[in-house]
Amino acid sequence: MSRAPNRRALLVGASATAAAAMLGGCDRLGNAEWFRRTLKTGEDANMFVQRLLLGEATLAPEYAEADISPWFKPNGTEDPPDKDYKALAKGKFAKYHLEVGGLVEAPLKLSLAELRKLPARTQITRHDCVEGWSAIGKWTGVPLAELLNRARLKPEARYVVFHCADTMDQGSPLEGGGDDEAADDVPAGNANPSMTRQSVGDESRKDSGGQQATEDDAASGGTPVRFYESIDLVDAFHPQTILAYDMNGEALPVSNGAPLRLRVERNLGYKQAKYVMRIEVVESFAHIGGGKGGYWEDQGYAWYAGI
Amino acid sequence: MARTYLTRSAPETGEVERRRWMFRHPLVIRVTHWVNAICLLVLVMSGLQIFNAHPALYWGKVSTFDAPLMSMTQTEDDPPKGMTTVFGHGFDTTGWLGSSVGSDGEAADRGFPAWTTLPSDQDLTGGRSWHFFFAWAFVLNGIAYLLYGLVSGQLRLRVIPSRDQIRHFGASVWEHLTLRFPQGDEAKRYNVIQKLTYLVVLFVLLPVQVLAGLAMSPAMNAAFPFLLTLFDGRQSARTVHFVVAGLLVLFVVVHVALVLLSGFWNNMRGMLTGWFVIERKVEPAVPDGEPRA
Repeated sequence: MSRAPNRRALLVGASATAAAAMLGGCDRLGNAEWFRRTLKTGEDANMFVQRLLLGEATLAPEYAEADISPWFKPNGTEDPPDKDYKALAKGKFAKYHLEVGGLVEAPLKLSLAELRKLPARTQITRHDCVEGWSAIGKWTGVPLAELLNRARLKPEARYVVFHCADTMDQGSPLEGGGDDEAADDVPAGNANPSMTRQSVGDESRKDSGGQQATEDDAASGGTPVRFYESIDLVDAFHPQTILAYDMNGEALPVSNGAPLRLRVERNLGYKQAKYVMRIEVVESFAHIGGGKGGYWEDQGYAWYAGI
Repeated sequence: MARTYLTRSAPETGEVERRRWMFRHPLVIRVTHWVNAICLLVLVMSGLQIFNAHPALYWGKVSTFDAPLMSMTQTEDDPPKGMTTVFGHGFDTTGWLGSSVGSDGEAADRGFPAWTTLPSDQDLTGGRSWHFFFAWAFVLNGIAYLLYGLVSGQLRLRVIPSRDQIRHFGASVWEHLTLRFPQGDEAKRYNVIQKLTYLVVLFVLLPVQVLAGLAMSPAMNAAFPFLLTLFDGRQSARTVHFVVAGLLVLFVVVHVALVLLSGFWNNMRGMLTGWFVIERKVEPAVPDGEPRA
């Protein structure tokens, strides 16, 4: 019977070694490009199935006034560092204009006052951050469909891109942690420093750095990247997709995206672009930023954010 | 229920009377078992990675940031401490929960330690990719198992206790607690506690886990609003998902412990090749032999 303890020791030793090897192996696998692409098929399947299950006008749940969160947690950029934006904010956004361009027949340029005169929708919806938390807020704004119908899409239009006022600083990833460094609804730097360490991020830094160099004054340290997001026409024409100027019955505060933010319900928080300055209708977003369709997408997050 | 278990006589040794070979696990059961084992491991570890992005749990529709049911935080002390707060009671969990050392050797603000998460470094997007891919694999594998189990009759055999088993329920519990495992004919079938455990895991815990996961999806909430009603809101669904994951881990721990205690090699051979040895009677004077020495 003397073999039993040996056997046990062998088993324990072997399991520990196997576990350590497995952990290291998984991390290495997770960094391999082919494996990462394979894993991403899970997220592709999410989109495929959810789009099958959702009708074009299936509404996200709406809530009662009593459900509104006393504090709507701002996340990501809470006070854009950009000089142009600060000037606009100082003037209470009187000089703000939303531009709608790209693949449209009639480009638009609308002031906040003009936007407020357009038909509006008010909805009390839940905001779900990719980190896991939720908050309920009341939003009033212009349905995006209203603007797109006025601008008249060209036949090749497929995506709507939102260019935002806030510059993201991608420099010094490991020193991240300040609120300024994170963006809309995704972990602050200290919650997830690796986001800015990925090779995808490096590519986007190169690409978008060149593209935006002309309009960026707000550089601080690393190469700045303007926040942007994109949605397809299914989400763009959804009745609950609005550009909100009011939150909980008052003008949208700067920390939550003043003067105008996207609400694209049925999606996670990182799609809800804040500080929207310009809307560009495109056929493909491959040439914008890192080419993945949004700031966080360029960091590796799924373009489709329904789950 | 023809040919439930096949038996074959023991190999050349004179053990014919003592041990009997039994074909216990058909191929589909064995394959789905191991695919499931891998899926559960990856899902738990990538799930902890996702949890670490906001290591706090709430009940209801939204997060009440100042009053979580449970939270893990790192204190401002030098060196920092890890604090876990459950229903308002704080515990020092430095090195384990709230604050632990990562691969860089530095203590960091993190819910579960790096060695329990996938990827090991904090990487929410990586964790989500792993989680969704293996969630699909887990669901498809589970459907294959259930379909095969229903059609072949294996499922009923494995999870529905027979009448005599229910009658002797108390005795079975006692046998289990004292770690006396059934032998002879009784070892051919799963005992009543095994069956009930598998029944609960298969038809309660796993479905609840999948539904709670789906209830966290804003798109699924639009498609199936009853998911939110079922769990009393998205944040409760997240809490249920976390708790059920814990119960599944508990199940796996007990399962693996019993596999080790009730004859590791025999069990492993059973789940790898299908063949399992039944000991016919107890002969304490004779040492335990190798399976096929």
